[in-house]
Amino acid sequence: MNFSCDYFELFGCPINYKIDLVLLDKRYHELQSKFHPDRYMGESLHEQRLAVQYVSFVNQAYAELKSPLFRAKYLLSLQSINFSDETHIVHDPMFLMEQIELREKLADIRETDQVSVALEKLKKDASLRYTEIQEMFEGQYNKNDFQVAFDSLAKMQFVSKFLDEIERLEEELDDF
Amino acid sequence: MVLLQISEPGQSPSPHQRRRAAGIDLGTTNSLVASVRSGTPEVLLDADNQYLLPSVVRYNALKESTVGYAAYLQLSTDPLNTLSSVKRFMGRGIQDIKKLGSQMPYELTTQVDGGMPNFKTVAGDVSPVEASAEILKVLVSRSEEALGGTLDGVVLTVPAYFDEAQRQATKDAATLTGVKVLRLLNEPTAAAVAYGLDQGAEGIIAIYDFGGGTFDVSILRLSSGVFQVLATGGDSSLGGDDIDRVVAQWFSEKAGFSDDLSPSLQRELLMSARIAKEELSESTFTEVNVAGWTGVLSREKFNLLINPLVDKTLGCCKRVLRDAKLKASDITNVVMVGGSTRTHLVRQKVADAFHREPLVNIDPDKVVALGAAIQADLLVGNKPDEDMLLLDVIPLSLGLETMGGLMEKIIHRNTTIPIIKSQEFTTFKDGQTAMSVHVLQGERELISDCRSLARFELRGIPPLVAGAAKIQVSFQVDADGLLNVSAKELASGVESRIEVKPSYGLNDKDIARMLQESYGSAKEDMLARALREQQVDARRMREDLLAALKKDGRELLSDTEYSCLELTVRDLDEICDSQSYREISHQIEAASKASEEFAARRMNVSIKKALAGYSLDDMERGI
Repeated sequence: MNFSCDYFELFGCPINYKIDLVLLDKRYHELQSKFHPDRYMGESLHEQRLAVQYVSFVNQAYAELKSPLFRAKYLLSLQSINFSDETHIVHDPMFLMEQIELREKLADIRETDQVSVALEKLKKDASLRYTEIQEMFEGQYNKNDFQVAFDSLAKMQFVSKFLDEIERLEEELDDF
Repeated sequence: MVLLQISEPGQSPSPHQRRRAAGIDLGTTNSLVASVRSGTPEVLLDADNQYLLPSVVRYNALKESTVGYAAYLQLSTDPLNTLSSVKRFMGRGIQDIKKLGSQMPYELTTQVDGGMPNFKTVAGDVSPVEASAEILKVLVSRSEEALGGTLDGVVLTVPAYFDEAQRQATKDAATLTGVKVLRLLNEPTAAAVAYGLDQGAEGIIAIYDFGGGTFDVSILRLSSGVFQVLATGGDSSLGGDDIDRVVAQWFSEKAGFSDDLSPSLQRELLMSARIAKEELSESTFTEVNVAGWTGVLSREKFNLLINPLVDKTLGCCKRVLRDAKLKASDITNVVMVGGSTRTHLVRQKVADAFHREPLVNIDPDKVVALGAAIQADLLVGNKPDEDMLLLDVIPLSLGLETMGGLMEKIIHRNTTIPIIKSQEFTTFKDGQTAMSVHVLQGERELISDCRSLARFELRGIPPLVAGAAKIQVSFQVDADGLLNVSAKELASGVESRIEVKPSYGLNDKDIARMLQESYGSAKEDMLARALREQQVDARRMREDLLAALKKDGRELLSDTEYSCLELTVRDLDEICDSQSYREISHQIEAASKASEEFAARRMNVSIKKALAGYSLDDMERGI
């Protein structure tokens, strides 16, 4: 089966960091409507298995293109730059300081009077930062400045993990 | 109703006959079955014109079982042999069950391997799967009577928050009845289908499904026939039973009963609690008369008692909104499903949480079965041109144990299924030739906080220095939400594959024994059913292959290949009326092998076509 096409080609979207999410959704639904295992119930077992494999590929591709972080990783992988969390080191003291401060704030937040208000504020700040870095990445990528874009991707990863931690704390506060 | 679709005689989807399919809602408290007839889904009634079948099974010393209302009436008089709420025991170990409540009106026998405990009855040990199968059998025969023949398949609903073990146990119950399961469908998704198609709704909806023993909340996006689940959450041991339990506890305290209650008194208290709960949906207070104690329970006090339970459900709602990356204000509609949503406090607090009045216009007891019936009708092939499509997710993350007793997630919760994902691992000792793979499900980091699904060993890894061997572990979750795991050493190709049989599930030996037992009671019936199914499968395969040959055969096959497959069609044709089960299944297998390559080519062509469609589209859009 044709698993060789890239994710952008799969959804007929131009290879770009900026992505038309409405178009992505529309084409995702089109592909699902054709290949979902539900559509293959009357076919041979073999065809049913192929459909499961193909739709898994479509699901994976959709999820990666939808996520700002994974889309960036995927774009760089198309340039044969493979991102691995362990190997990349960010050499930007300002950014690192800022990250340490954010994490300290999060660590102290339980002691705050209005935890949820403080958490909301922290989330808003981090989300803003996340968007900024994404814009940076986009500019660098468009200029074919892949090594610099790679650095932004590492930063994106930092902030994304931080946002995950905020969510985990929110869950905990909701009594989970 | 938009569901109504009348087809002219002769315009029905021939050459196939209309197939018989049903949707079954196997509930904690009540079960029911629905089917699409003349284009409309409807619940099927029993001889007394009742659609709800109490999920209660009573066994006697002759090993006979009674299911439904007659069994329900014996709950407090014969508590040990009358099983209710067995759904709460499905796929659970004794530890999980102890968490359900300090006292249980049953005698349980624990399994040596930590499997599901059995109920001790006069008919011997009964597993929750067997008891569920008894309920399913009644519903299957009800449908076969109503539809006039053997069912071609059923869609069986499960709580969205059911984990692998609970899903597998449910599927095992269906295996015991011999009915073909087209799909396990998540209950809130089924409800969304019934609601969405009925109301022609579009937008983002939240399904709040508070049943007898389980709570689910799912957020779906509905657009032109596609039901896409964005996130799901819940608690598979939180339901109306727990409401009854806190109320019964309060009665018991007020009446000054001791902590050690007899099974029949426990049952009596629980049943009075349930009646009181139902009355408080209508009035502001209720008089209680139980086991010699009389008192009054006001709605105010009742709300106070159950408030913590309702708050728990709202916590789930918050989490699921966050997972869907949405705010409460993004939700277009909230649909209430399940008997427990009749409770005042529930409606009021859900309305507050979502800032809107929830919809209660479809009967909360029926909606899940109706949605399942619609999906069953589609999957069985009665509606080839329907565009409805359900995209569902897995409720809990799946992963592996890594060094230090930590869980590494491979597939995260709320990933759309089906999905295949693999991850590479390596050896950590020089010359290591085996690796143990421990499959887990859950959200926590420590493996002790997650559910252990299966363990297996990959042997025959070539002895290399630590870190040199590359072991790829693949997780495949199918459209039923069931998991398959395989591991492969990449350099040597050594492979190991297992169907994940969760530690709390039944093993194949159990299933074989139970099947044999049910064969024993109605052996001929079961064998005849199995043979009929094979005949139907062979016929269907013949039709499908013939249609495929007509459509794409000349284009995709060489003349030799074409005639080979023509022979295959002829072989199937000759065999499909055979009276030998083995003969038919042998031929089906051969035919399936012979047509594999053709199937792959057809698939590739459709994929190419689907992708090529874009450039045309783009031109039309003027891109």
